[in-house]
Amino acid sequence: MESPEKQYNKALGKGIKIFTKSSSLVPIVAIILGLITGALVMLAGGYNPLVAYGALFGKLIESPYDIGETIRAITPLIFTGLSVAFAFRTGLFNIGAEGQFVMGMLGATLIGVKLDLPWFIHAPLAMVGGAVLGGIWAGIVGYLKAKRGVNEVISSIMMNWIGLYFANYVIGTWLSEKGQQKSNEVHESASWSIGWLSEMMDHARMHGGTIVALICVFLFYILLWKTKQGYELRAVGLNPDAAHYAGMNVGRTVVKSMFIAGAFAGLGGAFEVLGVFGYQTISSASPGYGFDGIAVSLLGGNTPVGILLAAILFGGLTYGSGGMSFEADVPTEVVRIVIGAIIFFIASHGIVRMVMKPFSFRRNKPTDGSKEASRT
Amino acid sequence: MEQNATAVELSGITKRFPGIVANDGISFKLRKGEIHALLGENGAGKSTLMNILFGLYQPDEGEIRVNGMPTVIDGPSKAIELGIGMVHQHFKLVQPFTVAENIVLGSEPSKGGVINLKQANEKVKRLSEQYRLQVDPNMRIEDITVGMQQRVEILKTLYRGADILIFDEPTAVLTVQEIEELLEILRSLAAEGKSIIIITHKLKEVMALSNSVTVIRRGKVVGTVETKSTNERALAELMVGRSVSLQTEKSRREVGKVIFAAKDLQMKSNQNKLVLNGVSLEIRAGEILGIAGVDGNGQSELVQAITGMVKLSGGQVSINGKDITNQSPRQTGLAGISHIPEDRHKHGLVLDFTLSENVVLGNYFQKPFNNGGFLKYEEMDKLAHKLTTEFDVRSSGIHTHARSLSGGNQQKAIIARELWRNPSLLIAVQPTRGLDIGAIEYVQQRLRQARDEGKAILLISFELDELFELSDRIAVMYEGRIVGEVDPLNRDNQRLGMLMAGDTNA
Amino acid sequence: MNVIEILGQLMNTTLVFSTALIFVALGGLLSERSGVVNIGLEGLMTAGAFAAAVGADYAARSGMGGLTAAWVGIVTAMIFATVFALLHALATITFKANQVVVGTVINFLALGFSLYLVKNLYDGAGETNSVEMFSKYAIPGLSDIPLIGEGLFTAYPTTYLCIVMIAIVWFVLFKTPFGLRLRAVGEHPGSADTVGISVTKYRYIGVLLSGVLAGLGGATITLTTTGTFSHNTISGQGFIALAAVIFGKWHPLGAAGAAIFFGFAISLRNFAQLFEFSQQIPEEFFYMLPYLLTLIVLAAAVGRSRAPGALGEPYDPSKR
Repeated sequence: MESPEKQYNKALGKGIKIFTKSSSLVPIVAIILGLITGALVMLAGGYNPLVAYGALFGKLIESPYDIGETIRAITPLIFTGLSVAFAFRTGLFNIGAEGQFVMGMLGATLIGVKLDLPWFIHAPLAMVGGAVLGGIWAGIVGYLKAKRGVNEVISSIMMNWIGLYFANYVIGTWLSEKGQQKSNEVHESASWSIGWLSEMMDHARMHGGTIVALICVFLFYILLWKTKQGYELRAVGLNPDAAHYAGMNVGRTVVKSMFIAGAFAGLGGAFEVLGVFGYQTISSASPGYGFDGIAVSLLGGNTPVGILLAAILFGGLTYGSGGMSFEADVPTEVVRIVIGAIIFFIASHGIVRMVMKPFSFRRNKPTDGSKEASRT
Repeated sequence: MEQNATAVELSGITKRFPGIVANDGISFKLRKGEIHALLGENGAGKSTLMNILFGLYQPDEGEIRVNGMPTVIDGPSKAIELGIGMVHQHFKLVQPFTVAENIVLGSEPSKGGVINLKQANEKVKRLSEQYRLQVDPNMRIEDITVGMQQRVEILKTLYRGADILIFDEPTAVLTVQEIEELLEILRSLAAEGKSIIIITHKLKEVMALSNSVTVIRRGKVVGTVETKSTNERALAELMVGRSVSLQTEKSRREVGKVIFAAKDLQMKSNQNKLVLNGVSLEIRAGEILGIAGVDGNGQSELVQAITGMVKLSGGQVSINGKDITNQSPRQTGLAGISHIPEDRHKHGLVLDFTLSENVVLGNYFQKPFNNGGFLKYEEMDKLAHKLTTEFDVRSSGIHTHARSLSGGNQQKAIIARELWRNPSLLIAVQPTRGLDIGAIEYVQQRLRQARDEGKAILLISFELDELFELSDRIAVMYEGRIVGEVDPLNRDNQRLGMLMAGDTNA
Repeated sequence: MNVIEILGQLMNTTLVFSTALIFVALGGLLSERSGVVNIGLEGLMTAGAFAAAVGADYAARSGMGGLTAAWVGIVTAMIFATVFALLHALATITFKANQVVVGTVINFLALGFSLYLVKNLYDGAGETNSVEMFSKYAIPGLSDIPLIGEGLFTAYPTTYLCIVMIAIVWFVLFKTPFGLRLRAVGEHPGSADTVGISVTKYRYIGVLLSGVLAGLGGATITLTTTGTFSHNTISGQGFIALAAVIFGKWHPLGAAGAAIFFGFAISLRNFAQLFEFSQQIPEEFFYMLPYLLTLIVLAAAVGRSRAPGALGEPYDPSKR
């Protein structure tokens, strides 16, 4: 057995190694390349990127209200990021976090509007309702994959649209006043808002979901790497044939994994209702957090801490884009382009390595580098 | 024809891959019209060298001359242009295409931008008659035998006008009869003036077929000799680098009670074909039952049926008198079956798990590894330490990913794990495939040891020598049935060959 | 309205919605036959729908007639969508990135770029100007036949183009050396490579063609159905087209048939208000229907269809 000091040093060494390894530089370089892409797009559109980025990042810390609202914008991304990442770890691509998010909203709205219970039961129950409905929505996709071999990408896209219209129908029929485009308000007893904190942050919409999100990040780690269940999920994700050989029920594991992934997304949706809006609207398009979740999970490398950091970045960019639009008159869609570009560079990390190569080249072999330069 | 003209000359070829020098200054000469064997163990660098000659890899150093002219072969197109053709070990055939489509692919006869299939069929027919390589141009690849697929591959090279032919382990997938036919084809091709390189690790073929032999060991040429001036033993020693015993003493042994019994097993494929058609067998304690047969005659299905990985449509499986028919792999494992799978990367290991995680692949859910739903990594590490020490699994530690181990060490880890589970029945499928001689000897010794400890062992192998070496009884499988048994102490190749081809009168 | 008229109209609208889906499905088919999964069809379609609106609008403003402007829109759409297809090809073929992830990114980027440009070109508006759409062209004689005259022979020029395109794709795929090679690359790139066929080249062509055709499909929606482009002009049709490829067993005729089936499901929505019984069914159900049917059809069909052998795998010559 190694001494505690030795173990600690080893862990520390590992930590340092992460930051020196060129592969971990990829996300950072990808972010830079993404921001440059955004800048070029703005230049081409006749905007000043420096002013725009200034406005964007400035907006995040302009006032206590903005800080609070940035945190609010980050929270759902943590949930959907965890959702997509969890499925990835089991070898599944959950492009359906979007629909699971909407179903999570619906579950929370249903319980929040229809039931009348003491707060200590009502609020947790509404949260669980969202998680379960999101889980079921994803579980269907898992079931179709396990039993019928339906590719989860296409089926979850279809489930996104079905979920959207289903939620619209339920709200329109049972949860709203006639002619209203949104549901009735959920009862006070189901709310997750934190009044005193909102008061402190200039009425930014602060809620307990942020804390639950952080707990989920931790749970994500424990579940995948410390439990028997997580061992199975990862084994199926890395090598389903070997998992089958070892006596695991691959189909059931796929359904389980999708359910858990959907529950994460569902929680995100639940807190949008219970902590932010207090109601759910009838809309023609879904809110987009699910798709951003894909970006979060890819940038975060499907690791708990990575997801948290990526959610902070993308949540910040999204919230800040409002400021950019207001102050520099740049369309908020630029941020979509920046996020898309970052993920593009992450996915094709070959490009990033190519961009990085001249730098490491010059650093290691200055003479060769200059020769190369003089030749051209 | 000029007898000693050189068709291909490689000099000082070096090829490095990350962490390994696959070819280290190799020089090699192929005379026109000869059959030249390239002999070496798995991983010695034979295939890499030939892939360089065929333009699939670029050498880091060295020179290639074809027909005396120095050339750079920057891709298969260039190789084809130079008259080089290659028949790969894993056939490069498009399954849903017809024979003719596969042969003309890339240089299709066409008229006004439309493929002229009629002309293609005729050309294929003509070639097939000229070289007596019988194929049906209109059949789809997925519907023809492996032997015919190989003939398609040969025709592909001839269609492109190749006169230098490379064969990579061409007999690995063939029946005894098909091997005879192939050797005949190769001799007649050489007689027509084609120059042939055959990559192999089988000494008998080298002796039976080639004019000269080049032996490669660990990326280096260790000798080039005329076949008629050497013998099997000398070649084996050259190939391995030390003296080897080709035969061990064997005698009949006492066996115990019946451990494992399978009765009338039936299994249907997805196409509703019977892939197991009434297989019955028994294995006793302290006995190795070998299964001989050409690949694809139901061996994999037999193993999947016994272990519960695929469901049977009929029959009964029992171990220690307990019925385990159609139980899940989890349950058959708990009932006392261990399984060294054919494909260690696909089934045997989770390559991106650590060694610690891999050693409990079949037992992670049991105490002491699972404690109320949480994993106990200390216990897993302890077991990994024990097994890697005991079985001499070389790695940079139990926390390295299985992926980073060499094939031999991966296999040792799997065998260690499966024996540690203390099974009643051990199923070993191709347990020595792709290993070097040292590792092969080690694995075989471990299997014998397990047998001597009283385990029942089912051994499936396509290496006949290995089967005769290890088995106490050998059953032959053909088209999902056991068609007969042969006695390992009285090897009768003729009868074995006939059984493997399905001739039950043998 | 009598039954014949209603059926004729149903057939007609089915064809309108199917046309776009068929173009996109044919594009997806060419990409997948070469071995590259194309989840990005939705994005390519979005780019096409956007560029068609802008191209037609600018052409009209520069003084071209409505019909000419619409064709300018079509060409713009094909070019703009192909730019995104090129990005897809670059990432998945040259840099061997995960094809599903890249497809998702293409969807992301195409929508982002299109909306950004809409705001940029139209002073912050969320929608392009309305453009003059194609008008239906009745084939003389044939269009007078009852039922199918209205159903099949009174259609947009894009529909006629689409029928020609099905034939072309079928012919190219199964009758020409190019098609044989493209299919070989998707089935077994190693075998293509070893007879001197460039896997990279054929895959690039497959993916770029999916851009051309998906762009055409997107343009069809703008120029026959909506007349403008906004954030939800394309809402899932690209994915439905992808499902049609699978349901159609990667065969042009099968994919076209599947696309017509889905087009029918989409067009049902327009007829919901016509009958007493269908008015009882909530409107949302009709919106859901195409997606629900896609899901059901996939669950029933998959397993019986065989995908190209090397679909989804980047080609790595060192592993051949």
